Amino acid sequence: MTSLPKTAPKKKLGLVIDLDICVGCHACAVNCKEWNTSGKSAPLTDLNPHGKDPDGVWFNRIHTYETMNDTGESRTVHFPRSCLHCDDAPCVTVCPTGASYKREEDGIVLVNEDICIGCKLCSWACPYGARGYDETEGVMKKCTLCVDKIYNKNLPEESRVPACVSTCPTGARHFGDLNDPGSDVSKLVAAREGYALMPEQDTKPVNRYLPPRPKQMQTVDQTPRALIHEDTSSDAAPLLARWVDKILSV
Amino acid sequence: MHPAKSVIYFTVATGAGYGLFFWLALLAFLGVLPADKFMGFVMLAIAFGLIVTGLISYTGHLGRPERAWRALSQWRSSWLSREGIMAILTFIPMGIFGIYWVFLGQNTGFTALVGLVGAGMALVTVFTTSMIYASLKAIPAWYNIWTKIGYLVLSLMSGAVLTLALVSAFGLDELALFLLLPVAVLLLLGLVAKVFYWRHIHAGRVVSTAESATGLGRFGKVSQAASPHSADNYLLKEMGFKIARKHAAKLRWIAIVFGFVLPFAIIGLTANFIEIRDLAAQIFMGIAAASCILGLVFERWLFFAEAKHVVTLYYGETKV
Ligand code: SF4
Ligand code: SF4
Ligand code: SF4
Repeated sequence: MTSLPKTAPKKKLGLVIDLDICVGCHACAVNCKEWNTSGKSAPLTDLNPHGKDPDGVWFNRIHTYETMNDTGESRTVHFPRSCLHCDDAPCVTVCPTGASYKREEDGIVLVNEDICIGCKLCSWACPYGARGYDETEGVMKKCTLCVDKIYNKNLPEESRVPACVSTCPTGARHFGDLNDPGSDVSKLVAAREGYALMPEQDTKPVNRYLPPRPKQMQTVDQTPRALIHEDTSSDAAPLLARWVDKILSV
Repeated sequence: MHPAKSVIYFTVATGAGYGLFFWLALLAFLGVLPADKFMGFVMLAIAFGLIVTGLISYTGHLGRPERAWRALSQWRSSWLSREGIMAILTFIPMGIFGIYWVFLGQNTGFTALVGLVGAGMALVTVFTTSMIYASLKAIPAWYNIWTKIGYLVLSLMSGAVLTLALVSAFGLDELALFLLLPVAVLLLLGLVAKVFYWRHIHAGRVVSTAESATGLGRFGKVSQAASPHSADNYLLKEMGFKIARKHAAKLRWIAIVFGFVLPFAIIGLTANFIEIRDLAAQIFMGIAAASCILGLVFERWLFFAEAKHVVTLYYGETKV
C-alpha cells in the first residue's frame, strides 16, 4: 500500500553516518553494490560498465564537499548519501501502484519490483536522490537497508548489519533503532547532535548525520620534530658499538 | 527536469482534448450545437484522438507498460493513480455523449446533460494531471498554485481555440462569433497565468540550499569538491537537466508569441475582416489553432526544462 503506515512504526531502523571520520574511500558504496546485486533487488544492472560513460544502479554514493567560511577557513567533508528511510516518505505516497511501501514493523522503505510500472514518479518525489531506475528491467530500485542481511538467520549475529556498515574501514556508519532512545545509535545522535538532511522538505528522515567535530586550533608551537641523523658522540652506545666507533675514528 | 517528448505530448494533447470536449458539451448543453452526425464524428474523433494518443504516449514511457493497470489501485494517496482513474471514468459520459450524437444524431436534452457531466469530469481529470506535478515538493517550480491554474486554463484555452477552428471549418459562422469572446478571454487568461507562473519561479525564492542538503552550512558555504561518479547517472540524466537562461528567455517568447499572441491576432483579424464562411477564414482559424498548440508545446517543454529538482543540490547546484 502506498499510504504510509497508519500507526507509526514501533522500530525505526536506520543509519547514523559520522561525517567526522568518513574518509571518502567509497568502500560502503562498493560493498552495497556487491551485496545487493545478488540480494533482494538483484541485479543492480550496469550500463556500459567498461565504456567511456559507465552508468548503473547504485544505492549509496559518496560525495565530497568543501566548506568555506567568512574568515577563509575551509574544510573538506566526505558525504555518503543513501536512502534516509523517511517517516513521511513522499516516494511512497506518490506511487500509483503500491509498489513503493514503508514497512509497519521497522519503518524500512522498499519497492516491490514485481508490481512497479517504472513511472519514475517516486524518484521525482525523493528530495535526496535515493532511488535508482533500472533501465534494463524497467523498474525502480533503492536501498533496502539490507533487509535480506539484517534479519538473515543464516548469518552470525554480528554480521546482521547492513553491508555498508560492516564494511566501513573507519567505523563511520552505524545501524540501529532510532526510535529507541536507549539504543547506541540514539545515544550517539544525542551526544554528537546528529541532524537530518533538508528538514524543510518535511520528509522526516530517520537517518542522521553526525557533524564533523570542531577543528583543533593550534595553540602551542607544533612545528614538526626534525630527526637528527648525525651521531656526534658514541658515549651512550653499547660496548661493541663503542669499540667499532673508536676503531673507525682512528 | 528532463523534458521527455512523451510526457510533453501527453500533457498538451490530453489538455487540448479534454478542453475541446468541454466546449462541445457546453455548446450542446446551451443548445447551439447542430446535431449533425458527421460533424459530431469529426469533432469527437479529434477530442478522443488527442486524449487517447496522449494517454498511450504516457503509458508508453513507463518502464513496464504491460503493468499499467496497476496504477489504478492507489487513489487514496497518489495523484497519478487518481489521474488514471479519472481518465477512465471520464470516458463513460464522453462515450455516451458521443454515441448519442454520432449514431443517433442527438446532442440535446439527456445527451447534453451527460455531456455536461463529462465536461466537469474532464476538468477534474486535467486538475489531477496538474496535481501529479504540483504535489512534488522536491520541485519548487511545480509545487505552487500556478501549476494547477496553468494546466486548467491552458486546457480550456486550447480546447476553445480548437472548437473555434472546427466550428469555422463546418461553416457555423454564428457559433464561431459566439465563441470569439470566450476564446479571447481565455487567451488573455492563459497568458496571464503563464506570466504569473514564470514570475513566481524566477522570483528568487529559495526552498533548499546546498547547505541544508548537506547540513554543512554551519561551516560556511558548501561547494562540491568531487563528484561521486565520473559519468552522469540516472539522477543527473533525469533531474539534472539544465537549460541556459538566455535560451529559456528566448523560448519563453516563442511560447508567448505562438501560444497566445498570434492566435489572438489571427482570430481577431479574421473575425473582423473576413466572412467566417470564406475558405480563407477557415484556413486562418486552423492556423490559429495550430499556432496555439505549437506554442503550448514550447510552454510545456519549458515547464519541464526550467524546473529544478532539489537533488541537484548534491551535485553542485547552490540553491533551488
Ligand atoms: S530518502 Fe528518498 S527514497 Fe528514501 S524514504 Fe526518503 S524520500 Fe523515500
Ligand atoms: S516507479 Fe514504481 S515504485 Fe516508483 S512510483 Fe512508479 S510504480 Fe511506484
Ligand atoms: S543499508 Fe544496504 S542497501 Fe542501504 S546503502 Fe547500506 S549497503 Fe546499501
